[in-house]
Amino acid sequence: MSTNLMNGAQIVLECLAREKVEVIFGYPGGVTLPFYDAIYDSPIKHVLVRHEQNAAFAAQGYSRATGKVGVCCATSGPGATNLVTGLVDAMMDSIPIVAITGQVTSKLIGSDAFQEADTFGITRSGTKHNFLVKTLAELPRAIHEAFHIASTGRPGPVLVDITKDAFQANGHYTPVSSIHLPGYRVYTEGHAGQIRRAAQAMWEAKRPFVYAGGGIIHAGAHDELRQLVEMIDAPAVTTLMGLGGLGANHPNFVSMPGMHGSYAANMGMTETDLLIALGSRFDDRVTGRLSSFAPHAKVIHVDIDPAEVGKIRTPDVPIVGDVKKVLGKILEELEATAPQMKSKNATARAAWWAQIKDWQREHPLEPVFSTDEIKPQHLMAEIDRLSGGEAIVCSDVGQHQMWAAQLIKFNHPRLWINSGGLGSMGFGVPSALGAQFSRPDKLVFAICGDGGFQMSIPELATIANFELPVKIIVMNNGYLGMIRQWQELFYNNRLCSAKLDTFPDPEKLAGAYGFKGRTVERPSQLRQALEEAVNEPGPYLLNVRVSPFENVYPMVPAGGAVNEMVLAPPQPVEVA
Amino acid sequence: MLQLISLLMENKPGALMRVTGLLSARGYNIESLTVARTLDPELSRMSIVVDVEPNQRAQVIKQMNKLINVLQATDSTEGPAVRRELVLLRVRASMQNRTAILKEAEIFGARAVDSSVEGFALEATGDPEKLDEFIDVMRSYGEIEVTRSGLVVVSLDSKKLKLAPPVSKEEVTQVS
Repeated sequence: MSTNLMNGAQIVLECLAREKVEVIFGYPGGVTLPFYDAIYDSPIKHVLVRHEQNAAFAAQGYSRATGKVGVCCATSGPGATNLVTGLVDAMMDSIPIVAITGQVTSKLIGSDAFQEADTFGITRSGTKHNFLVKTLAELPRAIHEAFHIASTGRPGPVLVDITKDAFQANGHYTPVSSIHLPGYRVYTEGHAGQIRRAAQAMWEAKRPFVYAGGGIIHAGAHDELRQLVEMIDAPAVTTLMGLGGLGANHPNFVSMPGMHGSYAANMGMTETDLLIALGSRFDDRVTGRLSSFAPHAKVIHVDIDPAEVGKIRTPDVPIVGDVKKVLGKILEELEATAPQMKSKNATARAAWWAQIKDWQREHPLEPVFSTDEIKPQHLMAEIDRLSGGEAIVCSDVGQHQMWAAQLIKFNHPRLWINSGGLGSMGFGVPSALGAQFSRPDKLVFAICGDGGFQMSIPELATIANFELPVKIIVMNNGYLGMIRQWQELFYNNRLCSAKLDTFPDPEKLAGAYGFKGRTVERPSQLRQALEEAVNEPGPYLLNVRVSPFENVYPMVPAGGAVNEMVLAPPQPVEVA
Repeated sequence: MLQLISLLMENKPGALMRVTGLLSARGYNIESLTVARTLDPELSRMSIVVDVEPNQRAQVIKQMNKLINVLQATDSTEGPAVRRELVLLRVRASMQNRTAILKEAEIFGARAVDSSVEGFALEATGDPEKLDEFIDVMRSYGEIEVTRSGLVVVSLDSKKLKLAPPVSKEEVTQVS
């Protein structure tokens, strides 16, 4: 027991320090005042964001760029309810964050007190677990358990709601020497028999295909994934959440699969006889119509969450475990059996690769250029050129997100940061802010549409405040592009509330916050404009006017089969 | 299709909400739910009857097992188990019916727990179908009021309880 008498707020900070927290993204309020009073004396940096939702997104960006637990903080009532989108977003993408919220004094709970909301109840379904702490004695255990739950197993957000009187009470910090959560079972090792069966199936397959998801990134299993695809020489796709899990520069990397995946990726998924699903969850945006998804394939499914295995597709070889450990064991097994097995099906494998290459040649994912207007794909190709597979790219949600995922290459994990599962607009800028805090050494792009960017404008103040050299690139087509695309394709081009008529002058907007911004409209000026943004030592806002009616292709219409994707617009669209 | 789920869980605030929330989030309607402390006052046993498509039954159990407060979730719809429900029933009885009601109650193994000039309060346990019949029969005698406990279940084969061991937090305690 520490000898110093501390209050609850100081104890929370003691716990955070022991969990090696360096930064809290937050916004103060009435009941968190005792906590902020303690932060005043703490070595932990507090980053004052401009909206609580962005505190959660920034904590996610911080976490996604490094794998460390991100921490955010909000006050009771509106502070906590504003966090909710960021929590649910972290839940959907399995991002470890810990949220600390203030709650009204325990005696007032349930009395409809000022700024009271049932945070514990509201966040129940949007968190991996949550706590309501009403006494100082419960505090250390709750905080350490929160970090443990957030960062182990399938990661996720955990919220600790702390009453004002718990923050204010005085006591001693009692170290928590062990965490005992008897109902929290994490299976990491994988079943030895299934691992052998998986390795066997990998040798026996004629058309193996690796389908790797965000679990590869969370588990840090990128090396093992690379070794696996090299060992069995299988083509591999990584999902929207898994980009960078296998370097885009790796010869076995095909692309992203799914609704806006490449032809080769989706045809590969359709024709494979062995689908090797690693830390992926058969999301509807990947599978399309389920009855037509990988119809000829035996399925190996490795996931740390038992509930994901068999949720959508019943696997032939189910393996519940940490994908890094399981792949390590599969590799051992493969290595041991390689001498007898490696040359098996060599002819079929060669034909399979030839087929994949043909598909890639027939319909490559390639940027589109024009001399009259900047094509969105042109913009992504230029960002890709500047990044060279090494920059952190934080994306918002919509068309630009899909083009970025298709055309920007990521040679390493934790470079591509986006809201995949929940698809939260307004994610790009605050997540980039958080990512830049955890990776000050990295070039960080925030790629937004003109819609999502306008949800994030308040955070320009935070970026300016901390002089974060984030490069905000707005792909401005004057529309909510993905909405417009769907209205065009599926609602007879009746464009309702899709047009964004007003956009602030970026030079004046950025200038108002004290950094540089400009608009670029000419294709010939794009490269120079992007270079100027990247070479600027501070933040930069580049507004890129792109062609307004470009659609994202290939596209699998919702509910369609992935091999029936629409590759290009049927004919040029006439717009009055 | 009705699924009977038996849960062993930590007796903590909000634990019940996590379970019911998980079901309502998936659009499942809870038919009945009972919860009470076990021999160990820190644990509760919950029996839930819920309407779930048959192909989702395993998924519901897996999701329940993911809840941190849940130590064990079991599908007790089939398999060796004793399933019982309690009914408390008040029946208005005219003077000429009183003996007949008591005789009938006896057939169902029910017993009178209160008697007044108005009628009886009866208590019966059994499987739900039998209790449905009991209620139907009693209704034929006059106005009734019924409270059902919902199904409770005890499994007859002992499933091994797999619990997570404590995890050392030494790296946390060492920092000054």
